[in-house]
Amino acid sequence: MLSLLAVEIPYWGQSLLRVLGGLVAVLLPAGTIVYLFLFKMMSFMQSRLGPMEAGPYGSLQLVAEVGKWLQKEDIIPDNADKKIFKIAPIVVLVSTFLLVAVVPFGPDAWFTNFETGVFYALAVSSISVLGILMAGWASANKYSLLGGLRAAGQLIAYELPMVLAVVGVVIQAGTMNLQQIVVAQNSGAIFGFDFLGNPYILTQFVGFVVFMIAVQAELTQTPFDMPIAESELVSGYMTEYSGFRFLIFFISEFATAGVFTMIAATLFLGGWGVPFAWFGWSGIDDVSNWMNLVGPVILITKMLLLTFIVMWVRFSYPRFREDQLQRFAWKVLIPVSLVNIMVTAVFKVVM
Amino acid sequence: MAKVPGLFKGLGVTFSTMVRTLTKGSNTVQYPHVKEAPPIRARGVIALHQDNCTSCMLCSRSCPDWCIYIEAHKELAPPRREGGKPRQVNKLDRFDIDYALCMYCGICVEVCPFDALFWSPEYEYSEPRITDLLHDKTKLSEWMETVPEAPELEAGADKKKK
Amino acid sequence: MTMLDDKLGDRQRLSYIAAQAADARLNVELETEGMTLNIGPQHPATHGTLRIIARLDGEQVVWAEPSAGYMHRGYEKLTEVRTYPQVTTLINRIDWLGSFANEVPFILAAEKLMGVEAPPRAQWIRTILFELSRIANVSLFLGDLGVQMGAVTPVFLAFRDREYVLNLIESATGGRFHPNFDRIGGLKDDLPAGWVQETKQVMKKLRNFCDEIETLLFGNEIFQSRMRGIGVIPREVALQYGLSGANLRASGVDWDLRRDQESPLAWKHADWKVFTHPDGDSFARSWIRLQETREATKIVDQLLDGMPAGPVMAKVPKIIKVPEGEAWVSTENPLGEMGYYVVSRGDLGPFRVKIRSASFNNISIVPWVLRGVYVPDIITILASLYFILGDIDR
Repeated sequence: MLSLLAVEIPYWGQSLLRVLGGLVAVLLPAGTIVYLFLFKMMSFMQSRLGPMEAGPYGSLQLVAEVGKWLQKEDIIPDNADKKIFKIAPIVVLVSTFLLVAVVPFGPDAWFTNFETGVFYALAVSSISVLGILMAGWASANKYSLLGGLRAAGQLIAYELPMVLAVVGVVIQAGTMNLQQIVVAQNSGAIFGFDFLGNPYILTQFVGFVVFMIAVQAELTQTPFDMPIAESELVSGYMTEYSGFRFLIFFISEFATAGVFTMIAATLFLGGWGVPFAWFGWSGIDDVSNWMNLVGPVILITKMLLLTFIVMWVRFSYPRFREDQLQRFAWKVLIPVSLVNIMVTAVFKVVM
Repeated sequence: MAKVPGLFKGLGVTFSTMVRTLTKGSNTVQYPHVKEAPPIRARGVIALHQDNCTSCMLCSRSCPDWCIYIEAHKELAPPRREGGKPRQVNKLDRFDIDYALCMYCGICVEVCPFDALFWSPEYEYSEPRITDLLHDKTKLSEWMETVPEAPELEAGADKKKK
Repeated sequence: MTMLDDKLGDRQRLSYIAAQAADARLNVELETEGMTLNIGPQHPATHGTLRIIARLDGEQVVWAEPSAGYMHRGYEKLTEVRTYPQVTTLINRIDWLGSFANEVPFILAAEKLMGVEAPPRAQWIRTILFELSRIANVSLFLGDLGVQMGAVTPVFLAFRDREYVLNLIESATGGRFHPNFDRIGGLKDDLPAGWVQETKQVMKKLRNFCDEIETLLFGNEIFQSRMRGIGVIPREVALQYGLSGANLRASGVDWDLRRDQESPLAWKHADWKVFTHPDGDSFARSWIRLQETREATKIVDQLLDGMPAGPVMAKVPKIIKVPEGEAWVSTENPLGEMGYYVVSRGDLGPFRVKIRSASFNNISIVPWVLRGVYVPDIITILASLYFILGDIDR
């Protein structure tokens, strides 16, 4: 990314640009794309047009929402644990920013290039569980407490299938570095045909399905939205929040959806790249510099596709009960993903 | 969790609804910009035909909410023909309907023996102040312009009116 | 196989008992007790202002009790000082979703006291409007069932297709929700031209809607796992608690007042089925209501085809004074069995009206059926029992 500018920027400048880039990378998809997509698509599925007043065809609806939430009074319940009440939304949002730091947007357009990118991503995604528990406990509200406890159980239960589904990808790629996973997918070949690259969704289809289900649960979307079960707990752990704090929860919901699907696109769909065979590149160093500008666009397109699927499922299904949810995770998803790992490992050794 | 086709068919329903909305338009009407006309018989507002009203008080008495306020006085009107007696008529001083109380039941319109009250499908008369919802006889007479013709009746209906 | 089975060895049994004892000691020492949760009166899940006091042990309900009355409007007192047309206006608002159905038993009771029979055309149109209000009521139930469980799409489909029915009712009577159309001796007015054709189109759309809901909601495995086997009400319990309508038929009781009772309305002129289900669980109750909506569309279609011509109002005096007497009439309303006991002293208005509303008896089973269920199941059971607060509290 910076080689495009052909200018030497000192390290502190690079870090500053990376931080700004991270903010933009998280808030842009969250702010405009996922939110708009979500509400307009949901409305079309319900035979109506959705937000139409704010901006042309309702495109500026998020600006109106942000403005609305900002001008509301900041209420903190009397019995609430004030420090924890205030920190909880920020913890949830911070985990999203930490997560996007490891997603590659182009051959040189990345924030950090960890050798253990996958491990870091999965670890950091669990921080939001802490935030949700803190919010549920500190609200001094029985409903919020119920929501927080349900969330804790659910999110921890679905961490495991997510991890195990990704292990198959790691085995197949041979590395935990997300950039190299992208390269491996795009420069690979299926039975000698290399015009499609080797997106892991084809070979790891089971892992993909398990990962998407686990992502749906990590985002507490229907059918796994017991923590926010609207018709029972009003808003679960978010009930007592208003004004700016609720806005942080709200934005982090879409931002996390965007970032998780970006990671899924990176792991399974080939990330920022197109199959290298289309341009005759043979490795990461061959990739031209303009890919740094086109890569983010390609990644966002793939992210939108996966977000469509996540949201589509969200609006069509009712929710699971907590025990059914847990049973599904422990008795169905984990064995399936373990079998997936075994089969992948066997194939990797054999072939 | 044995068979999953039901889950996929459900997805198909939402997807086809989305496609239908995108191609054929939605079932909703963007209200302030586009207004749908209510049916002819819709009970929107009550209009008063002052000339017919003889202040017999039947409507006021039969209103379940007692929201019609009538005050009238007797006057001597000139005789209809030459050499006749002057007639006593009721002249309306005040005929108010309080739409903050009105239940839109239509008993007053039905009960009026002189056809002085009519239904009109107008519904956009909300006011910022609740006291402005008391429509006096001038305003009620203005609503008369919006009263539509009674619709034709369905086949098999009796032609004569009650 | 429980832990105290004979097949297990002594050692296992002893260790189980020891574990229970340790647990009990902990309970006493930590003094854990159940949490009392108030569901409502302001709550998105209850259909109005119903308060359910539930005592929970973790996520399981140990004891639950409904506390109604937050919406009591004093109908029976109000009717004592109003005339018959005014009472007709008021009682529209008891079950506000299927509102024409509220007027019919009262008018039938008054006609019984007066000895007046409405002309056949009026009875047929009354039946058609009755079934239309059943469709309007139950289609909202089908959408609402989704929302109680988190599926947000069915409710929009329900409102979209219910609009057609409400527009029909509006073009005939003038009011979408409160038609106020029934009069002693017949109806207020006849149908406008083109109504029959339009109604047939709308019935087709509603059958499509029923199919869509069946695929989207009832065929969904998640929905079925949430509803099957939950809130089972056996036959005897249902009969003892006085349930009615679809709740009763879901427990296997073949009882439908439209078929089993002699009524001047036109149900006997159409060919339709009564649905029952042996299970008695939440799924059965919802399924029966779905089928009843379909049957209602078929009834309307058949009645529209064979409607007799003629007047819609019998010869009644302008000022109606119902002679002295008492009459009880009940009908199969969308929510259940609704009945009016009208006591008249020969006045312009009734002396006393006792309203037997279906939902009041339907929620009497809530303490019995909510024992031992999980908190999310409370919501689904209440959703499947289907009550309207106006009906409970009047």
